[in-house]
Amino acid sequence: MNKSEKTALLQSAGAAEEIEGRSLWRDARIRLFRNKAAVGSMIILGIITLLAIFAPLLSPYAYDQIDWGYIQEGPNWENGHIFGTDGNGRDLFIRVLYGARVSLAVGLLATTVSLIIGVTYGAVAGYFGGKIDSIMMRFVDVLYSLPFMFFVIMLMVVFGRNIFLIFVALGAVEWLTMARIVRGQTLSLRRREFIEAAHATGVSNFKIIFRHIIPNVLGPVIVYMTLTIPQVILTESFLSFLGLGVQEPLTSWGVLISEGAKVIEASTWMLIYPAVFLALTLFCFNFIGDGLRDALDPKDR
Amino acid sequence: MSVMNKSAKKDASPILSVRDLKVHFPIPSKGLFAPDRQLKAVDGVNFDLYPGETLGVVGESGCGKSTLGRAILQLIPPTDGQVAWLGKNIVGAPHRDMQPLRRDLQIIFQDPLASLNPRMTIGEIIAEPLVTHKPELGKEEIKARVKRMMARVGLLPQMINRYPHEFSGGQCQRIGIARAMILEPKLIVCDEPVSALDVSIQAQIVNLLQELQREFDLSLIFISHDLSIVRHICHRIMVLYLGNVAELADRDSIYAAPRHPYTKALISAVPIPDPEIERNKERIVLTGDLPSPLSPPSGCVFRTRCPFAKDKCAQEPPVLERVSDSQEVACHFHDSI
Repeated sequence: MNKSEKTALLQSAGAAEEIEGRSLWRDARIRLFRNKAAVGSMIILGIITLLAIFAPLLSPYAYDQIDWGYIQEGPNWENGHIFGTDGNGRDLFIRVLYGARVSLAVGLLATTVSLIIGVTYGAVAGYFGGKIDSIMMRFVDVLYSLPFMFFVIMLMVVFGRNIFLIFVALGAVEWLTMARIVRGQTLSLRRREFIEAAHATGVSNFKIIFRHIIPNVLGPVIVYMTLTIPQVILTESFLSFLGLGVQEPLTSWGVLISEGAKVIEASTWMLIYPAVFLALTLFCFNFIGDGLRDALDPKDR
Repeated sequence: MSVMNKSAKKDASPILSVRDLKVHFPIPSKGLFAPDRQLKAVDGVNFDLYPGETLGVVGESGCGKSTLGRAILQLIPPTDGQVAWLGKNIVGAPHRDMQPLRRDLQIIFQDPLASLNPRMTIGEIIAEPLVTHKPELGKEEIKARVKRMMARVGLLPQMINRYPHEFSGGQCQRIGIARAMILEPKLIVCDEPVSALDVSIQAQIVNLLQELQREFDLSLIFISHDLSIVRHICHRIMVLYLGNVAELADRDSIYAAPRHPYTKALISAVPIPDPEIERNKERIVLTGDLPSPLSPPSGCVFRTRCPFAKDKCAQEPPVLERVSDSQEVACHFHDSI
């Protein structure tokens, strides 16, 4: 059979249905869904998220509504205060769910901010290398050396207490590590032959970074992201615990834990419920992070 | 095997002329005040390439073969010298002028899997040059062309949505070839395209390259250290040693009558598939290692390993001398040895 016949044959075979490939992402997804701890964590996190979103529908009380008849009372199914009430007579169940809203929102937003800045910054620094890389990474080093608490307190003093400041402060700190991770990965990628092939074809630097580099560094980035979210939630709780976080009557898990800790002997429920939710969420994110790492990098286990 | 019409070749003007091309890499010195040292990866290479011709570039590891290939494509900026593409020097050309030339200049790599982005489908990989240079083509047209090219290089077109890790090494190399061919370039630099493949696949890939060359009147620069394959595919062969051209000649002349002692040693090392001849043939064995390109020997760079080296070799570097119509040698004593 000569070549043109062969080509024609291949072409006619091409009329057959296209075969869907299995991308590395899909492989990773399959591996992730085989991991029981990760799947369980995703279900629990999903439930917590749904509870947080539909919070107002789930309780007869509002988060800032004072029930004068039940001040600092324990859990009671008959009057609807299933987690009890706090020292001001506000329903703890709805407050824990509102706390979840704040904590999850801070976690996701600050992480997204750090993701966008960190990945772009790190990829640009690593890709161009040389002097640009040195200057950009020294800037990161300088920011790293800023004491975080001092930075947050300064922001509070200058701009006043504001929930958005927490996003800004956390995002501004978290992107540094992300930038370092992405830069390191990019340095090892940019000498790879498929990048060189793109160069030889004349693909622009911008497109090389966004089409070839970033999709290939996303694995470690996603893993780091799932580990950053609990870290951010914890930091926010810590700031709230110190009184630098959200403002009354709005609340977060950190604020609730802080209030509960003060009355731990008299009313344990005020500490236990928010603490359980916080701990559960952190556990879930960490399990998902572990599962993702195993799924995305099966050789690394 | 395609046979080149030699008279036609001489009449045509070269598609690519490389003149005194140098690529030196600065190596940061250890001392604070000591000047940077220069690693001379390619040190003054001259050659012409004609349309439809295959030039083999051979030499041992670290002699500058790959650097030369990349410097021609301006993937590594040359330190000095000229690369004239269709008569126009492209060394130091601004990005804007280089961009339209990129569609005529392509490269195929040694490691077939590493040269494909693992996160892209092969359809996207092969289409990338088209999307970059001919964005005016619609999605359907690009897809149709990709499928046609896949069939041409021997891949099933319905594999278009698959990912590189789902293919074998030989198939990956076909994908690499399809990506290089999709814009119908005039020159492809093949950087050891078959050395990572096993022998039966090597033959298929080499034959595919030859078919494509005939069909599209391609020029190839074929970098390899496998002299049997070079002999099979190349019209002319350039032997590099430590960034310098040792010998540049037609395939038949260089295999029949190598003039440079280094070429002689290389060719005598090629095994012959006949045990009788193989046992009795004269073998030139070189001793020692390739000297460091950071401090190349004075005079002729090959003199430290040359069995015929004399005083003159240490004093002046030999220039590439035309010894016959089709053969150039850089050796002071090519007549006597």
